[in-house]
Amino acid sequence: MSIYQTHITDVLIVGAGLAGERIAVEAAMHGHDVILLSLVPPRRSHSTAAQGGMQASLGNCAMGEGDNPDVHFADTVKGSDWGCDQEVARLFVENAPLAVREMAIWGVPWSRVVAGQRKLPDGRVIEEKKEKEGLITARDFGGTAKWRTCYTADGTGHTLQYTMDSMVLKLGITVHDRTEAISLIHDGEQCIGVVARCLRTGDLRVYIAKTTVICTGGYGRLYSASTNAVINEGNGMFVALNTGVVPLGNMEAVQFHPTGMVPVWILITEGARGDGGYLLDKNLYRFMPDYEPKKKELASRDVVSRRMTQHMRAGYGVDSPYGPHLWLDIRHLGAQHINTNLREIANIARNFAGVDPVKDLIPVRPTQHYSMGGVRTNKDGAAYGLKNLFAAGEAACWDLHGFNRLGGNSLAETITAGRIIGKKVAEYTKDATISYNYKLVDDAVKEQENRIKALVHGWNGKENVYEVRNAMEKNLMDYVGIFRNGKDLQKAVDNLREVYHRSLKIGLRSNGEGPNPELAQALRMPGMVRLALCIAYGALMRTESRGSHAREDYPKRDDVNWLKRTLAYWPDGADLPELKYEPVKITELPPGDRGYGESSAQSKGGK
Amino acid sequence: MADRELTFEIFRYNPAKPEIKPRMQTYKLKETTGMTIFVALNMIREEQDPSLMFDFVCRAAICGSCAMIINGRPRLACKTLTSTLPRTIKLFPLPVFKLIGDLSVDTGTWFRHLSIRTESWVHTSKTFDPTKEEERMDNKIALEIYEAERCIECGCCIAGCATANIRDEFLGAAGINRVARFMVDPRDERTPEEYFEVVGSEEGAFGCMGLMACDDNCPMELPLQMQLAFVRRKIASIGLGIKQEKKIKMGIG
Repeated sequence: MSIYQTHITDVLIVGAGLAGERIAVEAAMHGHDVILLSLVPPRRSHSTAAQGGMQASLGNCAMGEGDNPDVHFADTVKGSDWGCDQEVARLFVENAPLAVREMAIWGVPWSRVVAGQRKLPDGRVIEEKKEKEGLITARDFGGTAKWRTCYTADGTGHTLQYTMDSMVLKLGITVHDRTEAISLIHDGEQCIGVVARCLRTGDLRVYIAKTTVICTGGYGRLYSASTNAVINEGNGMFVALNTGVVPLGNMEAVQFHPTGMVPVWILITEGARGDGGYLLDKNLYRFMPDYEPKKKELASRDVVSRRMTQHMRAGYGVDSPYGPHLWLDIRHLGAQHINTNLREIANIARNFAGVDPVKDLIPVRPTQHYSMGGVRTNKDGAAYGLKNLFAAGEAACWDLHGFNRLGGNSLAETITAGRIIGKKVAEYTKDATISYNYKLVDDAVKEQENRIKALVHGWNGKENVYEVRNAMEKNLMDYVGIFRNGKDLQKAVDNLREVYHRSLKIGLRSNGEGPNPELAQALRMPGMVRLALCIAYGALMRTESRGSHAREDYPKRDDVNWLKRTLAYWPDGADLPELKYEPVKITELPPGDRGYGESSAQSKGGK
Repeated sequence: MADRELTFEIFRYNPAKPEIKPRMQTYKLKETTGMTIFVALNMIREEQDPSLMFDFVCRAAICGSCAMIINGRPRLACKTLTSTLPRTIKLFPLPVFKLIGDLSVDTGTWFRHLSIRTESWVHTSKTFDPTKEEERMDNKIALEIYEAERCIECGCCIAGCATANIRDEFLGAAGINRVARFMVDPRDERTPEEYFEVVGSEEGAFGCMGLMACDDNCPMELPLQMQLAFVRRKIASIGLGIKQEKKIKMGIG
């Protein structure tokens, strides 16, 4: 028998970002004991980084007038390229305004309507009404028919997370930070908790709960270039996948942003191009007009990303120690404009790349941004495959976003889903009891102890964890990026299978004692490569283009054959996921033209 | 700056292994364009020493996890370019906070304790009514609250503070700023006397010696001096029994 600390609770939440904390708050308000596990202090969660805002159809500001959940619903479904679950989208749009208003009572300093006239950058003059003064206002975001994105200055994620965390404090919810769930404890039918590793001491711990909820965010860090925080490695997704019975939904749906800054991959917002900045190649040639004569740099996000990648593949990328990139040029806008209107961009360029955009070019490259896929759940947030297991937020495929998420719908999802699923979790837990065989727990811990011993002693091999990781990142980046085709995807699948076998043969170079960071990475590695294979293999099999999934060899959306969701399972002993499919639920809005993007325009009139 | 070879002298110590004394370890690295301490430390860990402990989360100066002492000053490692530093770069963990290992410290526990001590949540008797429109607020007040809430709990102000270094329970600039955030929020129903209980002591607003390293070192450039003055004046007048409106407009904004 092993020696380890055991914690027993009603609701165990893995991940303390906005989705996790919102569910914790709801469960605690219903009287349940809750433990939150988090890799980092909750206020460092990646939710904090979201600057834009959250969509909710309050309709308070002038440009939001007449907005309502129906309009928000249509935008969301079109944005998803009809890949989303419409029942979920409906639930979401009806609840988002409540979620925003509730956060106002709890302390978020939402920006408010200021009455009077205002001139927009494009010259239009708008007037905010006196009777709306002081209500929560909204800003414009791509893909929305109305101004609907509620915000607090440029720190929406920060204020939401700090306010949510203050509710966690107020309710006395237990938080174990610097704790990483490394496996789910289950018997193939029900989940009873997790085995976790303390990142302060390296000790293993057991958490047993009536209900376990996965809220660990996205998997951006599987790609070598991602705008995501370094903690976004898909942990919750792969511990669920590793059970063999819980499927992940639509893992091939990965969103890219055109201008991540090299080499730190921090986002340079579209404002730079909106104000007249343009893209140059290694010969300082402006290439976008050749590809998109009409819209040039201001084509939609996915289109610009695709063109940049195409151009770099043709050999026009600038070589750097961090791989090829292109340049963003805003020098011609002048020092005054850059230092006032584009101040944030200028600061980021100076602080993080050491370039002064008044006289220097900014190195940029399309960068992984968001994962639409995740632990497949029903509309209550209950995971497929295991009882007592739920998931929410970016870690889940609930499935609000389908194949493309709209800006402002990610923060909105965390809190709105947290609110809806939190209630379901609370109800579910009320009627739940835990009964299990203690041997199940002991075996689960032993399995992890054995993995650790094998890594420390190099019993399975001497593969270098960072080399394995780099190989995985590079294969995803090079072959499963913005543009996809059968040949490259096949290459990615073949290579990643090999990388997967290497990931099973990792041996540490350090001693692995205490909170050793090499061990933490090594423990995650096979799970991360499994996720990579789910992405690559799912993309290979999906022979159509939909939302962010753009196949060069299948450029059209194919509703006849592909109006369905991919479910990826990982059978015991396999080196490829097993893919199954389920139909996408269409309740209100039949598939049609999105009104933007190449694939849907071509799909007009049948396909 | 091209082609420089950098020498990193990094503090090494694992508190779980006290028999191995704290020491400095040297690593060499070729500088690249745009290299930050974030980039450099990851290269060192991946290529030279996989046991090296340090913390990063957002690597974009918004999460506050990577503060450390860089050539003598508390700074965010993610936004410190090596090109702004001499060839030899000395890295130490932040003082005051409990050491986890090498450059990694436990700011999470410290700040959680601070939040609980200062009861850092909106104290209100109101509950959410889903059938009602939100309560109105002047946008100026919303922005004032946001200005005070921009702290990312990196710990640079605490690490640089002489009082915090010698007195365990001192709230420091981050704590005083946190109290100010709720003082300016009209939704918070605490009375001035209740705030006095929280910060009207040597551990709070009156423990500060006025050396102002907090203000010098804040990577968010928060007006910490101003916040301290605001809270002190308010607390002093309460202590002296001077009646006042609950909300005093802050001198920032």
